Amino acid sequence: MLQAVILVVAQVMVLLAVSPFLVGLIRKVKARLQLRRGASVFQPYADLAKLFQKQPVISTTASWVFTATPYIVFASTLSAGLLVPTFISQTPMNFAGNIIALVYLLALGTFFLILAGLDAGSAFGGMGSSREAIVASLTEPAMILSIFAIALTNGSTSLSTIVQKTALLEGAVADPSPHLMALAALFIVALAETGRVPVDNPATHLELTMIHEAMVLEYSGRYLALLEWAAGLKLAVFLSLIANIFAPWGIATTPAPAAMMVGFLIYLVKIAVLAVVIGIIECMFAKLRLFRVTDLLGVAFILGLLGLLFFYILRS
Amino acid sequence: MLNLLWILFGSYAAGILLPLCLPRRPEVQSLTAGAPAIMATSAGVVLGILGLTSSEPITGSLASTVPLLAFSIRIDPLAAFFLLTISLAGLAASIYAIGYVQHFDGRASISTLGSLFNGFLCSMTLVVLADNGFFFLLAWELMSLLSYFLVVTEHEKTEVRYAGLFYLIMTHVGTAFIIVAFLIFFQSAESFSFETFRHPKQSLPEGMRTLAFLMAMIGFGTKAGIVPLHVWLPYAHPAAPSHISALMSGVMIKTAIYALIRVYFDFLGGQFPWWWGFAVLFLGATSALLGVMYALMEHDLKRLLAFHSVENIGIILLGIGAGMIFQSYGLKELAALGLLAGLYHTINHAMFKALLFLGAGSLLYATHARNIEEYGGLLRRMPWTGVFFLIGAVSISALPPTNGFVSEWLVFQSLFLSYQLPTVFLKLMLPIAAALLALTGVLALACFAKAFGISFLALPRSAHARHAEEVPAPMRVGMGLLAALCVGLGVAPMVMVPLLDRVVAPLAGISIEGKVLAMDGWALAPVNVEFSSLSTPALSLLLMALALLGWGLAVALGGHPQKRHYKTWGCGINLTPRMEYTGTGFVQPIKRVFSTVYQPTVKIETEFLDESRYFAKRRRFEFHIEPIFEKYLYHPLVSFFTTMADRLKVIQAGSLHLYLTYIFVTLILLLLLAV
Repeated sequence: MLQAVILVVAQVMVLLAVSPFLVGLIRKVKARLQLRRGASVFQPYADLAKLFQKQPVISTTASWVFTATPYIVFASTLSAGLLVPTFISQTPMNFAGNIIALVYLLALGTFFLILAGLDAGSAFGGMGSSREAIVASLTEPAMILSIFAIALTNGSTSLSTIVQKTALLEGAVADPSPHLMALAALFIVALAETGRVPVDNPATHLELTMIHEAMVLEYSGRYLALLEWAAGLKLAVFLSLIANIFAPWGIATTPAPAAMMVGFLIYLVKIAVLAVVIGIIECMFAKLRLFRVTDLLGVAFILGLLGLLFFYILRS
Repeated sequence: MLNLLWILFGSYAAGILLPLCLPRRPEVQSLTAGAPAIMATSAGVVLGILGLTSSEPITGSLASTVPLLAFSIRIDPLAAFFLLTISLAGLAASIYAIGYVQHFDGRASISTLGSLFNGFLCSMTLVVLADNGFFFLLAWELMSLLSYFLVVTEHEKTEVRYAGLFYLIMTHVGTAFIIVAFLIFFQSAESFSFETFRHPKQSLPEGMRTLAFLMAMIGFGTKAGIVPLHVWLPYAHPAAPSHISALMSGVMIKTAIYALIRVYFDFLGGQFPWWWGFAVLFLGATSALLGVMYALMEHDLKRLLAFHSVENIGIILLGIGAGMIFQSYGLKELAALGLLAGLYHTINHAMFKALLFLGAGSLLYATHARNIEEYGGLLRRMPWTGVFFLIGAVSISALPPTNGFVSEWLVFQSLFLSYQLPTVFLKLMLPIAAALLALTGVLALACFAKAFGISFLALPRSAHARHAEEVPAPMRVGMGLLAALCVGLGVAPMVMVPLLDRVVAPLAGISIEGKVLAMDGWALAPVNVEFSSLSTPALSLLLMALALLGWGLAVALGGHPQKRHYKTWGCGINLTPRMEYTGTGFVQPIKRVFSTVYQPTVKIETEFLDESRYFAKRRRFEFHIEPIFEKYLYHPLVSFFTTMADRLKVIQAGSLHLYLTYIFVTLILLLLLAV
C-alpha cells in the first residue's frame, strides 16, 4: 500500500516535471532547424512560474464553468497520465482504468475545454471549440482501432500488462506488422490530440488556423498556467504511451529502486527522442487546411483497421 | 409483496380518478395527480428491488371472463429490473410534474393531463409485469394510446396534430407485427400464457422461429426507434409535454428492449443462429451513428434529445447484439457480459435522458422557447437547472466518472472480447462496431458541448433568455434526484452489477458477478484484471485529488492574486450576442465532413446596397438536411398505399345493394372454403 502511494506520487512528480521540458525541447529543435538560437529548453518552467503570479482577468460574460475548466482539464489529463506506464511497467493505478478509460479521461478534458471556449462569448473561442469538436471526433475512432490492434497482439487492454508483456518479450513481437500499422496510426493521433503541426500550430495565434490556442484565448494568470501545463502533460502522456507500448525495453519491470532509476533515465531518453522527432516534423511540414485534416485522420483510421486485418490474416 | 402490488395499482387508480373528481384549481389538481403517482412509483421502486433480490418470482393474478385472457402478473428479475427503471424515472417525473404542469394552466386541462400521466405510467408497468400474451398486448395498446393522447396535449398546434397522427400510425403498424409474432407462439403453445410460450407443447420449426425473430424485431423495433423505423420519434417525443417526453424517451422505448429480451432469450430460450445477433448488432451500430449524426444538426433542444434516444437504443442493442452472437457460439460468460452491458446502459439512459428532457422542460418553462439559438447565458440565471443539465450532458457523452461511461465501457469490453469468436468475419466486425461506437461517443460529446454551451454559456441570445428565472422547487427536486442517480450509478457500479447479474444469469445460463467485480467490488474487471479493469470510485477520487493538487500548485506558486473581471475583447467594439458562435456555426465543420450522410442543401441570398455591390444590406442563410428515410422509404410506401386505395375505390359505389351482394358473395366463398 505504502509502496503504491509512493509510486503514484513519484509518477505525478515525474509527469509534472517532465512535461514543460518536452515543450521546451520541441521549441528548441524547431528554433535550431530554423537557424535560430531559440530560448533555453527550460524556458517553459519560467513561463509557468511567471503566469502563476500574474493577476488573472476573467470575462464578465463567463460563468463558473470558465474558472472550473482549468482544474478539470489539469486533473483529467494528469489522471490519464497515471494510467500510462512511465518508468515502471506496473503502474499502481492500473486497476483504475485501462486504455479505454484513458481515452475517455482525455475526452473529459476536451469536453470542458470546448465549453470554456464558448463561455467568454467571443467568436474566436467558439471557432476553436467548433474545430476541436471535429478533430476530436475524427481522432477517437482511429485511436480505438489502433489500440485494439495492440491489445490483440498482447491479449489485454490493460496498459501495464501490454507494456510488461512486450518488455519481457512475451507479446507477439515475432510478427510486428500489426504493431507497425498501429504505431503509425497512433502517432498521427498523437499529433492531432496534442495540437501539433500538421493539425494545429501551437506557436501561432492566427484566427484562420488556431484550434487549441483559440479555445484558451481568454485565459490568463494561473488559469492559463494550469491549461498550458495540462497541454504539456497531454504531450507527455502520448509520448509515454508511444514510447512504452512500442519500445518498452529498459523500463523497470519490478519495483526495485535500481531498476526504477535506470528505467527513469531510459524513459527520459525515449520521450526526448520522440519530442525531437515531433520538432523535426513541425519544421518539415506545413499546417494542413482544416478540411484536409480529415484525410490525414482518415489515413490513421485505415492504418488502425489494417493493423487489425493483418493480425487476423497473419494468424489464420 | 402482494400488499405492495395493491399499493402500486391502487395508487395509480387513485391518480387516474382523483384529478377528474376533485376541484379544478391548478395547485390542487397537480397535487392530486402527483401525490398518488409519487406513492405508486415509490412502491414500484421497492417492488423492483425486492423482485431483483428475491429468489422466487413474485406472482399474482385476477380472473377474467374473456377466453385466453388472464390478468396474471409475474415479477421475475427481468421484469423487476424494468419495473425499477420505469419507477425511478417515473418518480422523478411525478415530482417534477407538480411544478411543471402549472405552466399549462389555461392552455390544457391539468386534470386530464394528470389522469393520463398516471394511466401512462400504470400501462408501462403492466407491460413489463404481464405474464400473459393477450394481457401484454392490451397493456401495450393502452400504453400506445395513452401516450398518443399525451402527445397531442397541445392539439391546437398543427405540428402537434401531425406528430400525433404519425406516431399513432407507426405504433399501430408496429403492434400488427407484434401480434403476428405472438400468434406464432400461440400456434405452438395453444395458450397465451407466457409459461406455455416458454415451454410449448410442440417446439417451433426453424422457419417459424426466424419469422418470430423478424416480426418481433420490426414490431418492437418500431417502438424502440431503431433506424429506419425511428422516423416518428423526433416528431412525437418533442411534441408531448416535457415530463411526458422524459418518460417516452427515457422509459417507454425501453419496454421494447424488455420485450425483445423476453422474446429472444426467454421464449426462444436463447437458441438462435449467429446472424440474429449480427443483425441486432448491425441495426444497433447504424442507429447509434445515424441517431447522433442527425441530433448534431438539430437546434430544437427536444428534437435533439429525441434523436439521441435513437443513438442510445443503438448502444443498448450493440451490447445485446454482441451478447446474442456470443450466445449462439455457446460463449456463455461473454453473452452474459454483453447483456449486462446493454441492460446497464438501459437504466443509465433512462436516468440521463429523463434528466435532460426535464432540463429541456425547465428551459421551456423559463423561456417559452425551444430553439437553442434563442437561449444563452442561462447558467447564471438558472444555476440549478444548469448544473443538473451539465451532469446529464456529461453522462450522455459517456465521460468518466458518470454512469454513461461505465455502461459504454462495458459495451466496449464485450465488443473487444470478440477475438474468442471462431470466424474471422465476426472477429473483424465487432471491433469495427467498437470504432463506430467510439465515433458515436465523440459526436455525442460534440453535440452536448453544443447543446450546453450554446444554451447555458456566454451572453443571452434573446429577450426570452435574458428574462429567464430559476424554475420552482418541485422541478428542481425531480431533476436533482435523477442527477444524483446519474452520478451514483457511475461511481458505485458495485451496487448495480450484482442486481444486473441476477437478471442476466437465468437468461445466459451463467452468473458472472464474481467475474465482473474485482477487488471486493471496487473495480470492474470483465474476464480478469490482466485483461482490463476499471474503478470509477478510484477515478473520481483521483480526479478530485488532482484538481485539488492543481489548486494547491497555483496557490503555492502564485499565492492569492486578486482576480479582475473585465469584458471580453470584441476587437474594439462591445461584445453583443450576435457576435457569438451559433449552434449552426458550431456544427458546420461536422456537417461538411459528413456531407455524404447529410446531403445538405444550402441557400444563401444576399441583398446589396444600391450604392455599391461591395456592401450587403442583408443576408439570408438557409440550410436543410435531406430526410433520407422519409424521402426514399416512407414517401414511396405512402404513395404506393394511396394509389392502391385509389384503384380499389372502383368497388366502392356507395350503393347499399352492391355492399349486400359483396357480403353474400364473401359468405358463399367462405362456406365453399369450409367444405
